[in-house]
Amino acid sequence: MSVKYTEDHEWINVDGDIGTVGISPYAANALGDIVFVELPEIGREMAKGDEAAVVESVKAASEVYAPVAGEVTAVNEALEDAPETVNASADADGWFIKIKITDASELDALMDEAAYKTYCDGL
Amino acid sequence: MTDLKITALHEMHKSLGAKMMPFAGYDMPVQYPLGVLKEHLHTREKAGLFDVSHMGQVFLIPEDKDFKTAAKALEKLVPADIQSLEPGQQRYSQFLNADGGILDDLMISRLAMTGYEHCLYLVVNAGCKDDDYAHLEAHMPKNVTVSVKDDTLSLIALQGPRAANILGCFNPDVEKLTFMTHTDLELSGTLDAPVWAHVSRSGYTGEDGYEISAKHEDMVRLVKELLQYDDVEPIGLGARDSLRLEAGLCLYGHDIDTSVSPIEAGLIWSVQKHRRGADAGYLGAKRVASDLADKSTKRLVGIQPEGRAPAREHTEIQDMDGNVIGQITSGGFGPTVGSPVAMGYVARKFTKAGTPVQLMVRGKARAAKIAKLPFAPHNYFRG
Repeated sequence: MSVKYTEDHEWINVDGDIGTVGISPYAANALGDIVFVELPEIGREMAKGDEAAVVESVKAASEVYAPVAGEVTAVNEALEDAPETVNASADADGWFIKIKITDASELDALMDEAAYKTYCDGL
Repeated sequence: MTDLKITALHEMHKSLGAKMMPFAGYDMPVQYPLGVLKEHLHTREKAGLFDVSHMGQVFLIPEDKDFKTAAKALEKLVPADIQSLEPGQQRYSQFLNADGGILDDLMISRLAMTGYEHCLYLVVNAGCKDDDYAHLEAHMPKNVTVSVKDDTLSLIALQGPRAANILGCFNPDVEKLTFMTHTDLELSGTLDAPVWAHVSRSGYTGEDGYEISAKHEDMVRLVKELLQYDDVEPIGLGARDSLRLEAGLCLYGHDIDTSVSPIEAGLIWSVQKHRRGADAGYLGAKRVASDLADKSTKRLVGIQPEGRAPAREHTEIQDMDGNVIGQITSGGFGPTVGSPVAMGYVARKFTKAGTPVQLMVRGKARAAKIAKLPFAPHNYFRG
């Protein structure tokens, strides 16, 4: 298992050819209290950078992008009734979707945890 | 890009950990570490303190010291009846252009202080104030002075059910004020030196509370003291927006602008009966009269989305057959209501509360109903 991060603050936790996708605690904190999460249909094919989900705070809506290409195999339905889980546990229970990764080499372009931390410190 | 202006409380916002954001040319706090949701709820439950010093504060002073001179002059620019204002009374109105479109909305007070009862005090929106001042300068007769006080006066709001008790610690007389009245008095309490302040019982949250105007340096001292109270939290522009939306109050540039008249915006309550005719004598009066009569005009309504998905500004509103009937002008999540809330314009035949409509959110039709405003009940103190 390895976690990789995008510059848009999504994380993908890879286990075999399945990646679990969420947003980082840094992003969840910046968004503020999350009141709604819109998730994609299971089975949807996404290219890297496609809109994978939408998170809404009191004030604004923000997009979550697919870190790599893949097919949605599961969505975190618990977020429909408890979107605040994203704030409470952005890097675990607050995951958004699981995808079957199309091309694992796309992961190489993402940041590892140390690189992501350096990236956030520079923001 | 021009440099952002700051208010006298800017340093305090930063030291309180506020997230700052440009707003109407000012660097303003959008939220504090508490966050928009909790700031909103805190205001409804206790007391929220808002820096609204970016708003414009201007006095109209008639040379002949006759209130009627100032009142009659202002009545040429706003639908509200001004001549009947008693000292200490405040009214909400709008500046209209010749076509009846809304240039800005504003609060108008007749001062109560002895020797100043002939003066009017206006509070206008930050984003419109330069245009408002020019509008006033262009239309006020020579014998009415337009005196802009943004360089000397700060403005804050203290809103919520604990506001009266807390401000009452600085001067118990403020507790006697009723909604939409004001007074000028000394606030002292635990302050090292008293603060002379203009205090009105009004606000933009739907809650009981005050708007307080004082000199910049005095305001810094007053705010420091107010924040000593456990029940007072500083509140940013984020929660100010969600609070006013739940209260069904219009935001200039979103729910109202030059494309709509006060009648379309549902502000008929702010136009006194004898000011509704085409011959009422103010800029835009014809539009007010014709919009009242014309059934084909649109109206601002409350919209209650079903489910949890907020419908934001510019969301298309459709009837149940898929025909476009209007657009959302303000939309978000209402923390007190516990669901999304919105306002928008619809064709007049769809304005009845309970009418089902659909909202096109990210390409998907979502069910909603026309709702009565406000979403959260007003808790004004009427005595």
